[in-house]
Amino acid sequence: MADVYQIVEGVIGPGDLHDAVRADGDGAITTFAGVVRNASLGRQTEYLVYEAYRPMALKKMQEIGKEIAERWEVDQTGILHRIGRLEIGEISVLIAVSSPHRKASLEACHYAIDRLKETVPIWKKEIWADGEAWR
Amino acid sequence: MTVTVLYFASIRDLTGRASDEVELSEGAALSDLLKEVTSRYPKVGAMVASLMMSVNEDYAEPSTVLSEGDEVALIPPVSGG
Repeated sequence: MADVYQIVEGVIGPGDLHDAVRADGDGAITTFAGVVRNASLGRQTEYLVYEAYRPMALKKMQEIGKEIAERWEVDQTGILHRIGRLEIGEISVLIAVSSPHRKASLEACHYAIDRLKETVPIWKKEIWADGEAWR
Repeated sequence: MTVTVLYFASIRDLTGRASDEVELSEGAALSDLLKEVTSRYPKVGAMVASLMMSVNEDYAEPSTVLSEGDEVALIPPVSGG
């Protein structure tokens, strides 16, 4: 299978990347799911709206995959990020990294979500009962 | 030359539109474009310290020299994940 990088508008399921990144030589798949929390900085969140600069976001996600492949003995990387309106508990981002041995995929997956939050042009708007803000 | 400037998230809320076509003199840099944008939208000026910019989908320094047809984006602090 091949690396997968997508910006999606539909619901993301927690296992959506598993088969895409798995091959018979893999002994580990680490998956990270970012989910919508019900509060932020003491305010109750009603829902979130995500927006992306889509072509650049995909490019930056692919670069993260390249960085991972240079640093760790991994097999495949997959990153999905959802945009549009998301409700509490829904998955906003899903990352899966496969590797022959567990340490590489654990470390690489952690790196991937940290880098995504630094470099990928995606924005989140929080909507509260009494207002909203880009965060 | 003409370049396209894209606005996202909090910046788009300030400009009230998603993009502009901006006319610049030959040899103009990203910093010159930013001056033009902030003169059109003074409220964007207050955000400049926190802004990143991209040229053709890669982050770029203010000194980057622009070319005809470049696609520039003003990128407020990202908050994906």
